[in-house]
Formats: sequence, C-alpha cells, structure tokens
Amino acid sequence: MRILALAAILALVTPGAALADDAPIKVGFLSTFSGPNAVLGQEMLDGFNLGLKAAGGTFGGRAVTIVKNDDQAKPDAARQTADKMIESDRIQILTGIIFSNVMLAVAKPALDAGVFVLSSNAGPSQYAGKQCNPHFFGVAFQNDVSAEAMGVALNNKGLKRVYLMAANYPAGKDFLAGFKHTFKGEIVGEVYTTFGQLDYAAEIAQLRSKKPEALFFFYPGGMGVNFVKQYSQAGLTREIPIFAPSYSLDQTVLPAVGDAAIGAFASSSWSETWGNPQTEKFVADFAAATGRIPSSYAANGYDTALLIDAALKSIGGRIEDKAAFQKALETVKFETLRGKFRFNANHFPIQDYYLTEAVKDAKGRPIMAKRELIAADVADSLVGDCKMAPGSN
Amino acid sequence: MSPSLLVEQTLNGVQLGAMLFLMAAGLTLVFGIMNLINLAHGSLYMLGAYFAAAATNATGNFWLGVALALAATALVGAALERLLLRRFYARSHLHQVLVTFGLILVFNEMTRLIAGPAPLKFALPDVLTGSVNIMPGVPYPVFRLVILGVGLLVAAMLYLVIQHTRLGMWIRAGASDRPMAAAMGVDVELIFVAVFSAGAALAGLAGLMAGPVLAVQVGMGEPVLILALVVTVIGGVGSMKGAFVAAMAIGLIDTFGRVLLPPALGAMIIFIAMAAILLWRPQGLFPVHG
Repeated sequence: MRILALAAILALVTPGAALADDAPIKVGFLSTFSGPNAVLGQEMLDGFNLGLKAAGGTFGGRAVTIVKNDDQAKPDAARQTADKMIESDRIQILTGIIFSNVMLAVAKPALDAGVFVLSSNAGPSQYAGKQCNPHFFGVAFQNDVSAEAMGVALNNKGLKRVYLMAANYPAGKDFLAGFKHTFKGEIVGEVYTTFGQLDYAAEIAQLRSKKPEALFFFYPGGMGVNFVKQYSQAGLTREIPIFAPSYSLDQTVLPAVGDAAIGAFASSSWSETWGNPQTEKFVADFAAATGRIPSSYAANGYDTALLIDAALKSIGGRIEDKAAFQKALETVKFETLRGKFRFNANHFPIQDYYLTEAVKDAKGRPIMAKRELIAADVADSLVGDCKMAPGSN
Repeated sequence: MSPSLLVEQTLNGVQLGAMLFLMAAGLTLVFGIMNLINLAHGSLYMLGAYFAAAATNATGNFWLGVALALAATALVGAALERLLLRRFYARSHLHQVLVTFGLILVFNEMTRLIAGPAPLKFALPDVLTGSVNIMPGVPYPVFRLVILGVGLLVAAMLYLVIQHTRLGMWIRAGASDRPMAAAMGVDVELIFVAVFSAGAALAGLAGLMAGPVLAVQVGMGEPVLILALVVTVIGGVGSMKGAFVAAMAIGLIDTFGRVLLPPALGAMIIFIAMAAILLWRPQGLFPVHG
C-alpha cells in the first residue's frame, strides 16, 4: 500500500514520462552478470548493444536509456530488483533474462505494471501456453522446441535407444519433456541432477552401464562445461554421441571445453556459421568489438534490439501507445540473424531448426558448423493452450 | 547395480572424497591452529585453478603451470595472513566470517575483471587424458585416478608430518593449547604463516586438479567450500583424521545418494547425513577441542 502511494506521488511529481514522446525509451536489461553464469548475461548485453548500435543508437528514432541490473540467477533477488526497475526506474521494456525460473518470478509483476516483456532467452512453457500475455514476447525460442527438434533429428538419424540428462529446474524439465514429445525410440534412462552440480562421474557411470546409442542432455553455462569435459574424459564422446540444444554447445561453453566437444551435435535456430550476410556481418562486428565469436545468447540479444527498433520505427517511436506497439511487435518484419522468423499467436517464434556439429575452424577453435535441416517453420506445441487476451492499453 | 558398476561408483565416491579432503584439510588445519574460520578458502581454490590454467595456457607446459600455481596460491595465502587475517585471530568468529566473506566477493570480482566472465580453457597433457580399464570393459578416466592418488598421498604426508615430526608436534600443541605452546617457546607467528600458506596451497592443489574436470570460472570455489565446511563439521573442526574420514564418507554418500535416490532427496542426502551425525555427536566424529 505504501509503495502504491509512493508510486502515485512519484507519478505526480515526475514530468509524466508517458506523455513526453521525445523522452528516452527506458529498457530494463535484467540479466545474469555475477556468479558462474555471468558470461551469459555479458554475451547477451554485448549482442544487444551491438544491435542498438546497428539501429543507429536509437530505437525508432528515440534515444534509449538502458537500465542494467544483475539478477544473480536467483528468482528472489531478481524479483526485488525487477520491482525497483518497474517502480522507480519506470522501465517500459524488460529484457535480458536468461533463466526460466527467474522469468517466472519477474514476468508477472512487470506485465501487471504494463511493462512489455521481451524475452531474449528464457521461454518457459507457462507463457507460451495458458499464461500467454499480450505484452509477453519470446523472441528467442520456447524451451521445448529445440528439444522437440532434436527428437526429430534423432528419429531422422535412426537412433533407437537414447539416454536423457538435465539439470533439475524448470527449463531442464521442459527440455526433456519436449524431446519426449517427438522422439519415437526408447528412453533407456532419464536423470535429473541438482542445479549447479559439479561432478558427474556417478551419473556418467550409470549411463554407460545402460549402453544407450545416444545421449541427449541439457546443461547450460558452467554445468555444460563440467559435463562435456567429464563425459569426454570418460572416453564416451565417440562411443555414445551427444546431442544437445544449442545453448549447451555454443560459444559460451565451447572455448572452455575445447577439443572435448568435437563431434557433439546440437539443434539450433542459429549458429555462428548460419551462412547469411547479416550473420557474417554480425560475427565480424562482434569479433571487432569483443574479440570473441558470438554465442546464441549474443545473437538473441542482437535480434531483440533489432526487433524493438523495427517495431518502434513502424509506429513512429510511440511506445506509449501499447496497443500499437503490441501490434507492431506481432507483425513487423526485421532482418533477423536467423534468416526466417515470425511470431505465432502466442508470441513465440516460428522458425527453422538445423542440426549443427562441433568442429574446429581454420584457427583451431571449436565452432558449431551448420548441417542438415531438421524441420522448417517449427512452432511450439503449446500454442493451442494460449487464449490471448485482446491487446490492452 | 552390477558388481563392476558398484566398484566403479565406489571409486567415484572415494575420488570425490579425496578431492573434498584436500579442501577440508586446509580449512580444518587453519581452524585448528589459528581458530580462524576462513570462508575465502574457496577463493584460494579458485585461484589455484585460474593460476594453473593461465600458466599452462601461457607456457604450454602443464607441469610448469601446476608448479607455478601451487607457489602462487601459497604466496597469496601468506600475504593474506600477514596483511589482513592475523588481525582477526583474536576477534569473534562472526568478524572472521564477515571479513572472509568479503574476501570471497573481492576475489570473485577481481578475477572477473582480470580474466573475464567466460570460463577459461584448461586442457590436460596427453599422458593424463583418456582412460584405462580398471576391470574388463570398465574404462576409468586416468586423470580421476590421479586425483584419487594425489588425495591419498597428501593425506599420508599430512599424517606423517603432523604425527611424526617436530613441526607437527608444534602444530598439534598450537591446536590444543595455544598460549601454553607459545609460552613453551614455539614461534607461533612463523607457524601461523606456514600453516596458512600450506592450507592455501592445499586449496590451490584441489582447485588446479578440479580445473581440467570442472569449468574454470568465477565463483567455482563456493559450492566446493560448502561441501568442505560440511566435511569439516562432520569430522570435528580442527581434526585432520576427522576431515579424512568425513570426506570419504561424504564422497561415498553423495555418489550413491545421487545414483540410488530420487533427485531431490539425492541432492539433500549429505546434509541429512550431517544433521544425523551432529545429532549423534555434536562435536563431530573426532572432536579436538574439549
């Protein structure tokens, strides 16, 4: 109650941001900048900033203020920070969130306050299905889809006996559920490990004893580094090939894993070898700015910035007209790195998925090389549960 | 569980135990001698891994990297003791916890500033990669056997030094009655620096051996620190024998718990074990102080 009163007073004394059309657009960038997964937030911010730069430093011709905050990858800490960004910084767009459990904690207060949530990574099933919201857009992907694509890819490869492993948190469960939607063979084992687990020797021994033909796993960030290193040291990479969604095998993981990853497969909606002119330019610009090969996190940050710019351009920068901004986000065309992209009725992408394979580039660095198409125009299977409320202002 | 799998999982448990022992040994040594709770022990572990990775990547020689990393962490430990922590021996444990917790944040941020947020690459030399068959059809990574061997070797050396040398006698004397030991002519100042650097080097050793297995990244010390604290508490704070027994027990309980129990229970099992053991023996398995 006191906060509401305070907010009301502030709204009276601050020269109404909602009225001044030339005021900077306030983008809340809440992401993971500390702890073991700090690299993910930094990648995404670097990509987002590069996208903002490509848009001429403005979104739809208006100046941009980025309110950057660390969510510590903890839902409770993220919720407190998000409340502050919503109430005192008065952000208009919230983006940057990496983890689905963080997203589930902060999306509701943001949406309730009329903030647009443009998820540049997390795509929890809730917001693609029953809780879909006119102001929530999953720009990157829905968690299940890349796993569903991998199920199809393994069917295509004729693999019959597959072992599943994931970290025990919402995205991990979504991924394995997604895989099981489409995979037609036998699941010979399904193991959930503690989030942040360090040592996987016990689980790897169990896995080997089941003699699967392939392993599908989901471990983002540091967990992925730990797991892939140990799996390779156990001598299994050649014996039982590994398949993972792209975020377990991208440039946030590969440099630290090194040669241990070579030969692993991922299902991707983008990789650094995507082979279109905008990707080539992005990879070159990103390398010039940071000295690194961009990851899919950077690419999704970049795409999110381009999307915001394109949508705002089409409505003359009037982000205050929420119905118009929503409509613009739903329909606008922009030059995505992925090549093909559009929003479904639940505001999650319809895009192509390819198999990618970890190989060495000319300089001996591991990269994900684009291989065969798994499926075109892939949508998530939750869209049927979504009864999108009409746009509100 | 088949017999060969049972053997393999036991080996995994003992290997995890050896790793935990290296961490807990330094922690319990420092607490036993100086009555100092050093939460920054996990940071020394991280520094060990970073020093080793950076030195190995720079020189191209793993063994040189290992030697440099051990020396560097011992040096950081000595500097930490001389410049800061010695002022806190007489303070309450709460002050010690606060200052060493602050050190964790400082070390993490400094490492991030210097080395960047991305995990570092740390590859093994060819001789340590790959696996050997411990039984027909059961390959086991060579490097994990090395970790196991080094852990047991260090345990044996610590036992010899502490139980059978003059230095060890001083250390034991310092642990059980510090003022009396000082009064009897033991150079406590020197012992303190030596013990703290040794503890730091042990943490560094654990870190650099974890480097090729785990991600070398900022914050890698904290999860291990928690496990090491559990081990220290179960073993009896200050007891080296306790640290060894508890490390092996936790290694085995954690490994089999993760494999045999449902995920949520498997993740909690070592903490349940800790609660049960402390209920039975509130001072830990091998209490040192009264």
